[in-house]
Amino acid sequence: MGLTPPEGDRETEVSTLSPNWVTTRLDFLANWARANSLWPMPFGTACCAIEFMAAAASRFDLARFGMERMSFSPRQADVLICAGRLPFKLAPVIRKIWDQMPQPKWAISMGACASSGGIFDTYAMVQGIDTIIPVDVYVPGCPPRPEGLMYGIMLLQKKIKGETFLDAGLRQEHLVGPDGLFLPARKIDEVSEPFGNSVHQTRSA
Amino acid sequence: MIGTKADPAPAGVSPSVSALRARFGTAILRHQVSCGDTIVYVSTARAHDVLAWLRTDPGQQFDYLTDVTAVEYRDQERPLELVWQLRSLPRRADLRLKVELDQRQPLEVDSVRDIWKGADWLEREVYDMFGVAFRGHPDLRRILMWETYAEGFPLRKDFPLRGHFSRAEQTRQALAANPEAHYSLEELSIAAAYDELPADMKDRLAHGERGTVT
Repeated sequence: MGLTPPEGDRETEVSTLSPNWVTTRLDFLANWARANSLWPMPFGTACCAIEFMAAAASRFDLARFGMERMSFSPRQADVLICAGRLPFKLAPVIRKIWDQMPQPKWAISMGACASSGGIFDTYAMVQGIDTIIPVDVYVPGCPPRPEGLMYGIMLLQKKIKGETFLDAGLRQEHLVGPDGLFLPARKIDEVSEPFGNSVHQTRSA
Repeated sequence: MIGTKADPAPAGVSPSVSALRARFGTAILRHQVSCGDTIVYVSTARAHDVLAWLRTDPGQQFDYLTDVTAVEYRDQERPLELVWQLRSLPRRADLRLKVELDQRQPLEVDSVRDIWKGADWLEREVYDMFGVAFRGHPDLRRILMWETYAEGFPLRKDFPLRGHFSRAEQTRQALAANPEAHYSLEELSIAAAYDELPADMKDRLAHGERGTVT
């Protein structure tokens, strides 16, 4: 569902520098440091943000994952957590925030609305933030419990720990293309198709 | 007790109705009571006069405009209704006024922004969602949807729930929007009102909150 970047965007080149003991140890060190000190950029727009706040507060305590430092400036953030529905009016905002975040950066789509539009299959709502920015981890739920978000964060940590700096495509920016879209138009229409109960809406187009 | 009432006005009807009929006569089309609230239908042409009188008359004093909204019914023959919900804070009384707008005609009505300043954004919202034009409104722009929104008026019955355009086109137009261009000092009219500001506020605006760094 929109996970893959546009075709031909990522050029995988077989490097002459094959993984050896030095590179894997360097990867281990860098990934260990990155995975355990993720600074989140909270983009809370709805009730998911309440669960996110609960996850950050003392009972669930995101600080255990090295995430106690909320970065309200995108320039110091590592992971964008979109907690809540994203209306079209906020689409340029989250895109700009994502563009302002320096590499390395990751994105978590928290909740049904951020991941797919959720129950809001309407004229005003982005049908999944992966049509606007690349997303690493989707957390299902409406809203997800703090445990769910933590599971997503641990999945992201697992993903980070598997990265290698030999893969230059990982750090490549996926910008909005000349057609003004991040994904091909055909793909956006495809992932925005009605599903579930919204298939039966009588006022749909 | 049904059928034994001697009072021609049934209990629960706001006394404003008889005052309105005495003052405006045929401009007051009809009235009804629903869930304890009195609803008065007035003619579109006189709506502004009626509302101004309700605001200023010492016996009415409806000094607070709770809401302006509109209702469109699924039946295409029924007119679109425009609703003003009024509240009198000193009298602790409510009144609801409605006008009926024929959908075959241009949807236009006089703005009450000159009577209640709070009507400004309420009328902008009705314009944004229903496409009703308010004559005499000083700044009739969209308020919820972005200003370049081209798909129409979302709360109208002929508007499909997912909008007219494809999702890709909606996403493209949304990403092309420049929100910073609309939420500026000019938007807040500070620049326009700059000469009327007190000196200390002018100073803060000119130099920032911490003053000029020397």
